[in-house]
Amino acid sequence: MALMSLTAVELGKKIQAGEVTVEEAVRDALAAIQSKESQIHGFVTVDEEGALRQAAKVQQLIDDGTLTGPLAGVPVAIKDNMCIEGMRTTCSSKILHNFVPTYTAEAVINLQKAGAVIIGKTNMDEFAMGSTTETSAYGETRNPWNTAHVPGGSSGGSCAAVAAEECPYALGSDTGGSIRQPSSFCGVTGIKPTYGTVSRYGLIAYGSSLDQIGPVAKDVTDCATILEIISSHDAKDSTSVEREDLDFTSALVDDVKGMKIGIPRDYLGEGLDAEVRDAVLAAAKALEAKGAIVEEFDLSLVEYAIPAYYIIACAEASSNLARFDGVKYGYRTQEYDGLHNMYKKSRSEGFGAEVKRRIMLGSFVLSSGYYDAYYLKALRTKALIKKAFDEAFAKYDVILGPAAPTTAPELGKSLSDPLKMYLGDIYTISVNLAGLPGITVPCGKDHKGLPIGLQLIGDCFQEKKIIQTAYAFEQTRAYEHSPLA
Amino acid sequence: MANVISDETIEYVGILAKLELSDEEKERAKKDMGEMLDYIDKLNELDTTNVEPMSHVFPVHNVFREDIVTHEDGHEDTLANAPERNGDSFVVPKTIV
Repeated sequence: MALMSLTAVELGKKIQAGEVTVEEAVRDALAAIQSKESQIHGFVTVDEEGALRQAAKVQQLIDDGTLTGPLAGVPVAIKDNMCIEGMRTTCSSKILHNFVPTYTAEAVINLQKAGAVIIGKTNMDEFAMGSTTETSAYGETRNPWNTAHVPGGSSGGSCAAVAAEECPYALGSDTGGSIRQPSSFCGVTGIKPTYGTVSRYGLIAYGSSLDQIGPVAKDVTDCATILEIISSHDAKDSTSVEREDLDFTSALVDDVKGMKIGIPRDYLGEGLDAEVRDAVLAAAKALEAKGAIVEEFDLSLVEYAIPAYYIIACAEASSNLARFDGVKYGYRTQEYDGLHNMYKKSRSEGFGAEVKRRIMLGSFVLSSGYYDAYYLKALRTKALIKKAFDEAFAKYDVILGPAAPTTAPELGKSLSDPLKMYLGDIYTISVNLAGLPGITVPCGKDHKGLPIGLQLIGDCFQEKKIIQTAYAFEQTRAYEHSPLA
Repeated sequence: MANVISDETIEYVGILAKLELSDEEKERAKKDMGEMLDYIDKLNELDTTNVEPMSHVFPVHNVFREDIVTHEDGHEDTLANAPERNGDSFVVPKTIV
């Protein structure tokens, strides 16, 4: 049976009903990985033995009535920047090539408590720095819709694995669009929750004030279900927010009557591919036909989000990545002359080009004499961007636009011009700066057959509005399986 | 390019970042950083007078807890990750000469 073509919730129902055993589901996922990895390379680590061991344990707990949740027994893949005790976690970097965490990320613990079976760790841009999954030290991931194209990034492995149906769902992380953009490129659904909703404990930090973990799956129902499970208040993450309204599945309602949707004119201008624009505007029309009130407006400041983001993210990265020094874990250079030389050589050999580029820029903008001009300026800009969103959400329930200006680029075309690659983050990045929730759902394909994603953005803590709108839109079209599914 | 990055600046940033770049990497870094700064300078178009820098979107406060051990002794697992160890210690190059 092609179990991997089911959604996570559908598969979970079959497992609860006893139609499918957990072991069958896990073996199906492992077989899919076995047959497709040579084409996709979505995984850095596949834990066959561990998955089968977990399967037996979870089956027992389902049989004795302990585990009754929607995802019990359903296999999941985890982006390789989330720590799992005893399972190699590399961040797709050479510097962590042999790192085995001694503890598990809180979001993953929440999944395990719900009976999820972890089958492996997915490929990503090194330390989540990139938009194509090509900066991985372990080789690039390919797009299941066309393997000559990138899957997007940085959660490219998670999104490609879901689109190729190597697993029913995955966790990703999103610092500047790293869940929403690859979801768009791979034709799957992904949510970046409000900052603070999912604990960052055990997530290897990139830009701590921007990082959030979120779900990647085939549909909105899955994503809402997964998000409900992974969200929790966690005393171990000092930015974790205490929320009462985590019942995201209650928003799976096919009704957008009276929902006020704003489309920023600034998101439809120069640089946006015509086919992407048409697909996104057609989606807006579909929502309007269902009773939503749709209008265009000026969000403003959109062009300042990318420069502000790269200052803040790189500054935080330069500080966060200072911990990789070849002493307590990870890569250490073979030959060195004294402690400082050991640090420098280990880091220079262990980090890839994009990571070094961002550490250098981050160190520069934080350095004495430049701190005010760059870092503080970026934080002031962030305050203005937040204000612009506050004003927009005083008028609208949801902001609608594209997730990315284009569909997935070809492999090998992006890294030579970093600035151009950064510009591809224009529609996703301000959401992280303002701490907002965002969701990407598939809304069409271009003439090459590559998926186009619709992005819906909500005000802080208003996940339910974007989930409801996305769910209502999803009912207007059938899920399209990728050619490699 | 409006922002010209000197060799001294790249050297200095390399010290701050604890990175040892090859000559080729240095040239590339000068070019990349210059281009990025030219682009970033776009922020100067914005008047941010009287705008407070925003580090976090929500108010953050210190989170305190009782000092109770919640994780059992994991020193063996922790040391197992060390590139070099001696018994229960991490081995590093000599720091005092």
